[in-house]
Amino acid sequence: MQKICRLNPRAMIAAALLAVAVSTCGCAQKLDHTKGVYMLVDTSGTYTEELNKARAIINYLLGTLAPGDTMAVARIDTGSFSEKDIVAKVTFDQRPSVANTQKRAFQKQVADFVSSVAGSSHTDISGGLLQAVEYLNEAGSAQKFVLIFSDLKEELARGHVRDVPFQLDGFNIVALNVTKLRDDIRDPKIYLQRVDQWRDKTESGGGAWRVINDLERLDNMFSL
Amino acid sequence: MPDATILFNITPVPFLSVLVWIFLCIAAMYFARRPFHDSMGSLGRVIYNAMRVASASVKVARQRLDARNREVLLAAGVEHAERRTEREFERIGTAVERNLEGYPQLQRQLREDLLKLEDDYRKTAEIPQGLSDWVKVIDAIAGIKPSGDPMVANLLEDIHNTLTEQHKAALEGHRKAVSDRHGILSRMVPQWRATDKTLRGIEKAISELTGRSQAVDQCITDYETVRTHTDIAERQLSSSSLTQFFTSGLVLGVFVIGAIINFNLVALPMSEMVGGASYIGAFKTSDVAGLFIVCLEVVVGIFIMDALRFTRLFSVIGCLDDKKRTWFFFILLAMLTILAGVESSLAFMRDRIAADMEALRQSLAGVEPTAVAASKIPMIGQMILGFILPFILTTVAMPFETFVSSSRTVLGMVGAWALRALGFLLRLTGNLGYYLGRLVVNVYDLIIFPALWLEALILRKMAASPRTPKTEKDRSITKNKSMTLLEEAAPCKKSAD
Repeated sequence: MQKICRLNPRAMIAAALLAVAVSTCGCAQKLDHTKGVYMLVDTSGTYTEELNKARAIINYLLGTLAPGDTMAVARIDTGSFSEKDIVAKVTFDQRPSVANTQKRAFQKQVADFVSSVAGSSHTDISGGLLQAVEYLNEAGSAQKFVLIFSDLKEELARGHVRDVPFQLDGFNIVALNVTKLRDDIRDPKIYLQRVDQWRDKTESGGGAWRVINDLERLDNMFSL
Repeated sequence: MPDATILFNITPVPFLSVLVWIFLCIAAMYFARRPFHDSMGSLGRVIYNAMRVASASVKVARQRLDARNREVLLAAGVEHAERRTEREFERIGTAVERNLEGYPQLQRQLREDLLKLEDDYRKTAEIPQGLSDWVKVIDAIAGIKPSGDPMVANLLEDIHNTLTEQHKAALEGHRKAVSDRHGILSRMVPQWRATDKTLRGIEKAISELTGRSQAVDQCITDYETVRTHTDIAERQLSSSSLTQFFTSGLVLGVFVIGAIINFNLVALPMSEMVGGASYIGAFKTSDVAGLFIVCLEVVVGIFIMDALRFTRLFSVIGCLDDKKRTWFFFILLAMLTILAGVESSLAFMRDRIAADMEALRQSLAGVEPTAVAASKIPMIGQMILGFILPFILTTVAMPFETFVSSSRTVLGMVGAWALRALGFLLRLTGNLGYYLGRLVVNVYDLIIFPALWLEALILRKMAASPRTPKTEKDRSITKNKSMTLLEEAAPCKKSAD
C-alpha cells in the first residue's frame, strides 16, 4: 500500500508550538527575583547581650536566601554611616554549590564578629539606615529589605546630624526584637511613640514598615 | 426630594386616600388592559419563537456534529482496519519469506533424497546369483550308488567334496548379499526420517500460512464492515473509542507522574549549570531547563516510536525509506542514550548538592553535622532511575497517539451531548417565556378583577334590557369584543412544537 507523503497537520502544529516555545524562551525577558537583605545590628550598651539572637537570625537568613541574592550585616554604633561598619557582605553566586561555600564563610565572619564585638557609646540608627539604602541601591536587588535588630532608641553623638530625608521607595524596613526598655515598661506610650516615630520616618520616605518581635515568626519576614 | 406621604394626603382621611389611589390604579390598569395583554402576548411569542429558532439552529449544528463524529469515527475505524490488515499482510509476507524462501533448495534436497532412496531400493532389489546348473548334474552323478570300483568311489568322493565346497561358498555369498542389502536398508532409515522432517516442516509452514490467511480474511471482513458504514460498526467503534480514551488517559496519567519524578531528578542540578537565580517569566530557568530536557526525551521517544512504525504521529518519518528510517532510528537512539547518561549524571550531582545543602542547614541550625551515610544505594538508585526513565518515557508515544485519536471522537460526542442539552434548554426557555407571559396576563386580570367583574355585570344588565334593533356594525363590534374576552381566557393555540 503506497501512501502519499505529505505534511501531517499534527506535525505542523507541533513544529509551530516548538517555534513559539523557542521564541518565547529566547525572547522572554528575564525577570529579576533577587533579594537584597541588609541587617543592622545594634551594638550599643546592654543590647550586645542580644547578639546571639542576631546570629540566629542571620543563620536563618543564610538558610533562606537563594543564589543571586545579596546580604550584608552591619553594626550600629556611634557613627554608622560608614562602610567600615559593614561586618560582612556577599552576593551569592548563581551556582548553589558556590553559594553554599559563601554562606559558610559568611557564617564564620558573623560568628567572629559576635564573639569579639565591643559595645558602643551611642546608637546611630539613621546613619546605618542611610548606609543600608546606599548599599542596596548599588546592589540592584529587586526586593530590598533592611532589618534593624535594635531597640530603636537612637542616641546620636554630639555633632552628628541625621535630619536627612530618607528615600525608601521599594524598601521594606523590618524592625526585629524591639526590646522594651525600663522606661517603656513604666510608660508603654514611650515605646509606642518610638516605634511610631520610625514607622513615620519609613512611610514618609516611601518604604514599608513592619515589626517582628517574635523570632519564631521570621518566616513571614519576606512576605510582602 | 418629594415626600411619599403626600400621596396619602389627597383626602383628609389617609385610608380614603389609599382607596382612591387603588381605584385610580385599577381604572388605569383596566383601560391599559388590552395594550398590556397585547404586549405580553407579543413578548411571550417573541421569546418562544426566538428560542425555537435558536433550538432549531442548535439542532442543525448537532446533526452536523453527529455526521462529522460519524465520519471521524468511521475514518478512524477504517484507518485502524487498514493498519491491522497491513500488519497482517506484513506478517504473512514475513512468514512466506521465512518459510518458502528456501523452498527450491528444499525441493532439490527432497528430490535428491528420493533419488537416493530409489537407488538404494534398486540396489536392495538385486538378487545374488545362485548355484550353477551344472551343480544339479554333478549332484545327480554324485547320487549314483557306488559299484565297488575304488576309482569311481574316489571320483564320486571328489565330486561330493567339490559340491559341498560349492554349497558352502554359495551360502556364504548369499549371506553376504543379504547382509549388504540389510545394510543398504539400514542406511535408508535416516534418509526417510530426514525426508519426513522436511515434509513436516513444509506442512507446518503451510499450516501457518493458512492461519495467517484466515487472520487476513478476518481483517478484510472487519474492514468491509467498517467501509459499509453500518450502525453496528459505528456502535462498536464508538464503544472501542471510549474504552481507548479512558485507558490511554489512565496510562498517560502514569506517564505524567513518571515525567514529574524525572523532572525532580534534573531540576535541582540544572541550577548548577544554568544558575539558580535567573528566571524566565515566573519560572526559574533551571526548572525550565529541567522541563526542557524531560520534554526533549519525550519528543525523541515519540520520534523513535514513529521510526519503528509503532506509531504514526508524524507521517513524514513513517514515509522515509527503510534505510533512512533505520539511520534515523539509530541516531535518535544514540541521542536518547546520551540524554539518559546526562540525566544519570545529573541525578548523581543532585545527590551531592542535596547532601551539601543538608550539611549547610545543619551547620546554620547549630546542629552538629551527622556523618554522611556510608550507603551509596540511594545515589546508585537515583542514577539508575535517571538512566532508565528516559527509555521508559519513550513508550509514552503509543498511549499518547491513542489518546489523541480517541479524544477526537470523545470530544465530538461530548459536543453533541452538549448541543442536545442546549437545544433542550432553549426549547424549555421558550416555553417558559411563553407561559410566563400568559401567567402575567392572568395575574394582571386578577389584580383588576373588580373592574372586570363590574364590566361583566354591566354587560349582563345590557343583555337583559329590551333588545333594540342593532345594525350589522354594532353586532360585529359586540362580536369582536366578546371574541376578545374569550381570546383572553382561552388557552393558547397548540403549536407544532
